Amino acid sequence: MSHTFKGGVHPNYMKAPEVPVTVIAPPSQVVIPMIQHIGAPCQPLVKVGDYVKMYQKIGENPVPVSAPVHSSVSGKVIAVEPRPHPLGDMIMSVVIENDFQDTPELMPPLTEEQLKDPEAILERIREAGVVGMGGAMFPTAVKIRGGIGKVDKLIINGAECEPYLNGDHLTMLNFPTQLLKGIELVRIANCVEKAYYGIEVNKQDAINLLNSLNPAQYGIEIVPEEVKYPQGGEKMQVKAVTGREVKPGGLPSGVGCNVVSTRTCYAIYQACYEGKSVIERIVTYGGSALKGPVNGLTRVGTPFKHIAEQCGGFVKTPRKIVLGGPMMGICATSFDAPTVKGTAGVLFFTEEEDRHVENPTCIRCGKCITVCPMNLEPVFMYMYYSKGDYENMEKYHVMDCFECGSCSFNCPARMPLTHAFKTAKIMFQVKMAKEKAKAEAEAAAKEAKK
Amino acid sequence: MSENKERIVLDVAYQPQVRTATDTKRIMLNVILALMPALAVAVWQYGLYPLVLALISVASAVFFEWGYRKLMKKTCTVGDLSACVTGLLLALVLPTNAPWWLPIIGNFFAIVVVKQLYGGIGKNFLNPALAGRAFLLASYAAIMGRYAVPKALTAAVDGVTMATPLSYLYSGAAMPGYMGFKSLLLGTIPGCIGELSTLALLIGGAYLLATKVISWRIPGAYLGTVAVLCLIFGHEGYGNVDWMLYNLMSGGLMLGAIFMATDYATSPVTLNGQLLYGVGCGALTVLIRYFGGFPEGVTYAILIMNLCTWAIDKGFHRHQFGVTKEDIAAEKAAKKAAKEAAK
Repeated sequence: MSHTFKGGVHPNYMKAPEVPVTVIAPPSQVVIPMIQHIGAPCQPLVKVGDYVKMYQKIGENPVPVSAPVHSSVSGKVIAVEPRPHPLGDMIMSVVIENDFQDTPELMPPLTEEQLKDPEAILERIREAGVVGMGGAMFPTAVKIRGGIGKVDKLIINGAECEPYLNGDHLTMLNFPTQLLKGIELVRIANCVEKAYYGIEVNKQDAINLLNSLNPAQYGIEIVPEEVKYPQGGEKMQVKAVTGREVKPGGLPSGVGCNVVSTRTCYAIYQACYEGKSVIERIVTYGGSALKGPVNGLTRVGTPFKHIAEQCGGFVKTPRKIVLGGPMMGICATSFDAPTVKGTAGVLFFTEEEDRHVENPTCIRCGKCITVCPMNLEPVFMYMYYSKGDYENMEKYHVMDCFECGSCSFNCPARMPLTHAFKTAKIMFQVKMAKEKAKAEAEAAAKEAKK
Repeated sequence: MSENKERIVLDVAYQPQVRTATDTKRIMLNVILALMPALAVAVWQYGLYPLVLALISVASAVFFEWGYRKLMKKTCTVGDLSACVTGLLLALVLPTNAPWWLPIIGNFFAIVVVKQLYGGIGKNFLNPALAGRAFLLASYAAIMGRYAVPKALTAAVDGVTMATPLSYLYSGAAMPGYMGFKSLLLGTIPGCIGELSTLALLIGGAYLLATKVISWRIPGAYLGTVAVLCLIFGHEGYGNVDWMLYNLMSGGLMLGAIFMATDYATSPVTLNGQLLYGVGCGALTVLIRYFGGFPEGVTYAILIMNLCTWAIDKGFHRHQFGVTKEDIAAEKAAKKAAKEAAK
């Protein structure tokens, strides 16, 4: 039985794991945004003129749902001010002038006993600023804590189903033992006996390598999966590995599963065994504006402008900067924006990748329905969206869409389907918030009358 | 500062940033390619005239599409090749000896009245080519019912026109010796341009399946239903299996099931809906062939099912990911309980 889900698409993968990992030289100035996670923004802990060390904590928020940020170089703080964020907008950031000494400030590695204590591991995960590095950037400690007791199956996500990206694959190949130890830590923190490591079979060399290291001794089983997008989606991983289906609007923990990405596990290894906080990762740079793909070990806070120079400059004028993979990645608005913890790829696209048409017309082919992994019917959802018919949009479960982009990808007429549903979901949330506020106001008015 | 440097303007768009290479035009081109074997068989048996008819038909369809859009000051949609497909399909459902002006009249009705008046590609609710054929059947019944003799049969048959295999099935008379399964498979029979050779149509259908232009659901359900019903009910003078095979291979059934019933705009998009639609087409075809006033039932069967498409799609709205059968049953039970409580 091959492990997979229903629906999905086969994009042109454009992967280049054979390109060896190069080190992107740290820039003379790094920009560390105070928001690199889902949750409360960090407050800067440093001020202009302070000297900071590499790995030093420079931003934090004491509320539970948050993750601290750390300096990726050593040097002097030259500004604490709003700067362009890769996801748009201006966000409070700490700008550090690099002294190129890389003077570290490491946390002490966990002791033997601490490595077996879920609480100590979780504390370290939080302290090291580990977030979901598959791109969602949800604080990992919060996620694991929320699942303890409910979760009986831990799933490690090694699908890397997005085209172009190679970071997970190269982590498996270059640091297999460290990765397995990292997964073991996640398993201990989750209080489960076994972790299932789902890897798409286009990474057969990595599967063989990991299997040769006897993953069973760490309580890990490798699950080979069919190569299909969006295999790496949380719900699809749960379905492929366990056969369980996450309820609409629910979380994987609702069906006893927790999904953690490959790169997150490696970050947890580094945090616990080496005392390192999250300040660098392998990022894939690609797109037709570059000479060729680059797998660059990149410090958090490196501006895109610097990256483009390090990759040999542009051979063509880019039209889009895509963050992450091309299926779910959104566009950056500025070359001055830096990479963050969740950046798995930065793609510089030109007209070549663009298949935009001026007046898209639906031909009712139904190809969006056959590929939707959530069993939705995008053709009707779009029809009701263009009429502004909320009642029917809800009836066709627009809120279940997790914006994987399969329908838009497969649409021969090039309809902006995913775009419409993303917009519709935001409008729905606004509408619901308004209705709630209105109901509360009415209740308050009634109360006042009494 | 770098004032001389060209300022790069960045596009910002929601995902996905890449798209499949298959677009509307490519799909239409694949349909045209898939119809080529059938057209080639007609040329083989009837000379170049069917090809000329097809070219006139395509040219007139494109002209009407272009002219209407121009007149109404709308964007030109000739480039998507859908008018070419309509023109070609309409030619393929005309007799091989149809007069040259017939496809022009048919295309006017198909393109302007059926397709463009409802908004153009994707918006029409009847298959334009079949609606055009129905229009011509009503207006020029004599021409549409007269079939020329193929080259392979000139020695065996006297005269210029002859009866089709389907008319033998309709009257219940025994099939003449020169209309065996082999002739039906290869297309050495009288009939419409595109419906001669079952083999050529199956090759085209295989190509469409391979290029994922169509799925097996509609043609499978359609042909399956016809096969099962014919096998069960049979006919006097024919063995049940023979009767079923003759029914599958004669008339416009193959052309209709593979190319007409699968028309995107006029068939359901829901997966189970497609199955029901196929079954409906099949049942109506058999019903008309057994009891109707015409020998052929495919045209009207598909047109009638076209009209049911919207309702079928509404009825087969599927359950989203994560909703199990138990959930649905529980929901139904809760509704029932609520109703009873209200009473």
